[in-house]
Amino acid sequence: MHAPLALRAAIISLLLFVGLIGVWHLATLQTGPTIKMDPEYAKLMGSMATQGKSAMPGPGEVGAKLWQHLKDPFYDRGTNDKGIGVQLVYSIARVLTGYLLAIAVALPLGFLIGMSPLMARALDPFIQVLKPISPLAWMPLALYSIKDSSISAIFVICICSVWPMLLNTAFGVATVRREWLNVAKTLEMSPVRTGLRVILPAAAPTILTGMRISIGIAWLVIVAAEMLVGGTGIGYFVWNEWNNLSITNVIVAILCIGLVGMLLDQLMARLQRVVAYAD
Amino acid sequence: MSRAFISAQRLTRRFPQAPGASELTVFEDVCFSVAEGEFACLVGHSGCGKSTILNILAGLDQPTAGHIIAGGKHVEGPSLERAVIFQGHALMPWLSALGNVELAVSSRYPGWTRRHVREHAMKFLALVHLDDAAMKKPAQLSGGMKQRVGIARALAIRPRMLLMDEPFSALDALTRGALQDEIVAIRQATKPTVFMITHDIDEALLLADKILLMTNGPKAWIAEVIENTLPADRTRIELHKHPNYYPLRNHLLDFLVTRSRELAAHPELRSKDLHPAVVRPAVASTTDHTAGALASERSGHACNGQIASGHICAV
Repeated sequence: MHAPLALRAAIISLLLFVGLIGVWHLATLQTGPTIKMDPEYAKLMGSMATQGKSAMPGPGEVGAKLWQHLKDPFYDRGTNDKGIGVQLVYSIARVLTGYLLAIAVALPLGFLIGMSPLMARALDPFIQVLKPISPLAWMPLALYSIKDSSISAIFVICICSVWPMLLNTAFGVATVRREWLNVAKTLEMSPVRTGLRVILPAAAPTILTGMRISIGIAWLVIVAAEMLVGGTGIGYFVWNEWNNLSITNVIVAILCIGLVGMLLDQLMARLQRVVAYAD
Repeated sequence: MSRAFISAQRLTRRFPQAPGASELTVFEDVCFSVAEGEFACLVGHSGCGKSTILNILAGLDQPTAGHIIAGGKHVEGPSLERAVIFQGHALMPWLSALGNVELAVSSRYPGWTRRHVREHAMKFLALVHLDDAAMKKPAQLSGGMKQRVGIARALAIRPRMLLMDEPFSALDALTRGALQDEIVAIRQATKPTVFMITHDIDEALLLADKILLMTNGPKAWIAEVIENTLPADRTRIELHKHPNYYPLRNHLLDFLVTRSRELAAHPELRSKDLHPAVVRPAVASTTDHTAGALASERSGHACNGQIASGHICAV
């Protein structure tokens, strides 16, 4: 008799988690050499020098810090002291704004490219050149021309998430089965009706795949972008805590970035299931 | 015979080949006509351009030369007057059976309310005995059921012409038989003009009023029109018991096995006016025609002259 696959997988996941935490705990437990020093000086040097304690926080410290952040995620005590929830909301808002802009550009353009071999060829060189550009390379140009760091970050998100959506939409639209289009033709459907009732649902799974890749990239890029533009957001939070030498907070932020990224991905996965069809 | 409802005049289709090579002429100067309410089957070997002719008739393809008149109008593009039942059912997999029929109905009658569309669609699903499976997606339906949905979708727009491209060729023999019976019943109820492609001789003999025989490609043409001499109330079970069955079947087989190839090799045998010969294979005693085993005459409204040579032997 075997337990269900999901249960067995969950048990292994849990064991791995406990194991990793254990290794982490042991690794940060070890004490280094201590130096005798003047007590006043020792206060400045911190526990690492005086007690030989590891500079890397252990799981206990991170857990406590995480709990502290989660207990009050939305406080705002000025520029450099905002709750982690506030920072995440800033980041998510930027990502979604840039992402929606990208959808507004990529879907119509993707339809055009997918339906017109002429436009596909004409636009191909531009896409091929623009696609491999690291989104952060746009940042100086964006800052110079837009003159607003927050909008520049949104622009960078937009330009990095546009390509997977654009290419997948074009591919999905171009590979809609000829027989479905023939059905639409024999039913004398207008081009708009054909687009909405036949091509869009037929290409939707492919388009959603592109959108799922895009949201992942956007979430990757926002952290880097916010480190550059500063002010607000989870990326800025990470950099700020690095400057504060609070490794604990950096680890907490990394965990939060991972969790939010996972949630965004799962959201898209759910949407993907809605539009999927068995053929 | 009533006036021609579908009429093809010197239809030619050439496809461009690889650069440098000459064009491939699939068929040339094809002429035929179908009367209103008539059921015509087009029979021929693969590659002779049967599907291309149907696509041109549907308005999905354009002839290189010649034209088709259907229902008094030049065929210039697809029309709701001509419903197509596709070989591969061509259902939208993201819609239920009902959704597929509804899509067609709401395209045909844009002014109808959602409820009216649904009732109409359900009526036609019931006609093909699929009312219980209305909410199922095509992936959950068997091959025969999918093709039934395709038939319901085509009939639901109340077309004047029904075009079928080997609709049952992908189905097993039992399912095919059941669907053929269904077509017989639907035909008696709605009497549309039907143009169907098949390479199943028995299917053609069961369903068709006349059978258009096409020579092998390339440069194929429709060489003969066979009038079905079996009684109108024929059934799948009783079909082969009729004395005219074997003369008809043998004639068709003979054409498909040998003459379609011979004629392709000798295009000079083609009648000068390009119209196919009409042949009425039957046992001598059961026809009121004199002089031998079969009677021949020229087809259609625009045809004249020349009698087809008596190359068919009766049983």
